[in-house]
Amino acid sequence: MLDYGSGNLRSAVRAMERAGASVTLTADLPTAQEADGLVVPGVGAYAACMAGLRAIKGERAIGRRLAGGRPVLGICVGMQVLFERGIEHGVETEGCDEWPGVVERLQAPVVPHMGWNTVEVEQSPQTATTLFEGIEDQHFYFVHSYGVRDWTLRTNDRTRAPLVHWAEHGGDRFVAAVENGPLSATQFHPEKSGDAGAALLRNWVRAL
Amino acid sequence: MSLAVRVIPCLDVDGGRVVKGINFLELRDAGDPVELARTYDAEGADELTFLDISASHEGRATTMEIVSATAEQVFIPLTVGGGISSVADVDRLLRAGADKIAVNTAAIHRPELVSEIADRYGNQVLVLSVDARRTTDGPGGAGAGGSGWEVTTHGGRQSAGLDAIEWAARASELGAGEILLNAMDADGTQDGFDLDLIAAVRRAVTVPVIASGGAGRLEHFAPAVDAGADAVLAATVFHFGTLRVGEVKDSLAAAGHPVRRETASAPPV
Repeated sequence: MLDYGSGNLRSAVRAMERAGASVTLTADLPTAQEADGLVVPGVGAYAACMAGLRAIKGERAIGRRLAGGRPVLGICVGMQVLFERGIEHGVETEGCDEWPGVVERLQAPVVPHMGWNTVEVEQSPQTATTLFEGIEDQHFYFVHSYGVRDWTLRTNDRTRAPLVHWAEHGGDRFVAAVENGPLSATQFHPEKSGDAGAALLRNWVRAL
Repeated sequence: MSLAVRVIPCLDVDGGRVVKGINFLELRDAGDPVELARTYDAEGADELTFLDISASHEGRATTMEIVSATAEQVFIPLTVGGGISSVADVDRLLRAGADKIAVNTAAIHRPELVSEIADRYGNQVLVLSVDARRTTDGPGGAGAGGSGWEVTTHGGRQSAGLDAIEWAARASELGAGEILLNAMDADGTQDGFDLDLIAAVRRAVTVPVIASGGAGRLEHFAPAVDAGADAVLAATVFHFGTLRVGEVKDSLAAAGHPVRRETASAPPV
């Protein structure tokens, strides 16, 4: 689990352990690159998270792992920083750019989107969901004011299309989770999502 | 498919033990907070709130240990409030494992505290707790509380000289990500939530509103949501087993409100 100054990670570590993983909190690049799986957590402001990530060259660790097909899981702002850029309070911050798309303010009557929501789990004939297997109809805990409201990655017949799972709040739709080869991410907090979150983390750990 | 109404048990913690005052005066011991947290989690609580009413530093330190122990064992969001007056207090509690922090009196005395915390940790960690009381002269009265509700401190005994609705709106603009609305007139009465108060705050803010104070019977909860609450909080009825979390969810679901039902099997803790 990448430790780049993004708040308290104790619950996330405990939740991963509960899911069957042996967890090392690290800011060390070689350690992050060699692990069977890398979790990128994140809470707070996009710009602060990106600055923290860059300070330990975390985006490089993510990029190298993905080039080698090694699994990475982003959580909350840890998902948002995987996109091209984020706009918070009018400030535009460049992200890791693993996926095209912009993180922007949610357009709902009540923001933050705070609480337990369901996810529209996408399944395609070619690709079954790994993360949501057995928990397709469960609630997960969200707490965020920004999200990815437009998924723009185009795919052709020769690429395996990513699974993009959406959620809805107050009439606005946004990306709740993505499964894209070795790169997975959730906008919600599986480590705070009770038994359903534990099952999702266990699904990810089992696939490593 | 939509956001579930959260049902939140609140635990008043003093020196490591859970207590709940009836109108904040008569305290009764209702158990070990970590055990209670686990029980509520198993019953389907969507979130937990610890309100630290310890007067001493030792008591506060014990609360920190309880927050840590709870965060290690309970995988739902945990809000901690009570006596928080600085960014350093917030930092300590977040590091101990709290997910959200509720501020009350200190923010009344120094509203900048709200923006200081929000700037540092984001508004999603910050809950503004408002102890609101109906003014004696009603809406349009001469004193503070032209809306008909004023902000109080000291468990509802003193007026803070602020209009409750205006304060909620101002604090959310300053960076509070949620309003915990305690109806002091209803608190401890078990006669139902103050629906007019909930509706007035709902109209004034765009952040989530948690209704608190007055829950006594199952039929009290759905009207609070109808009035605009995003979440409902209660203490006494849960601690003494008068109502169960699952029953409250049943009553909300019967009224057409979405609730979370957990059916996934969990790996052992």
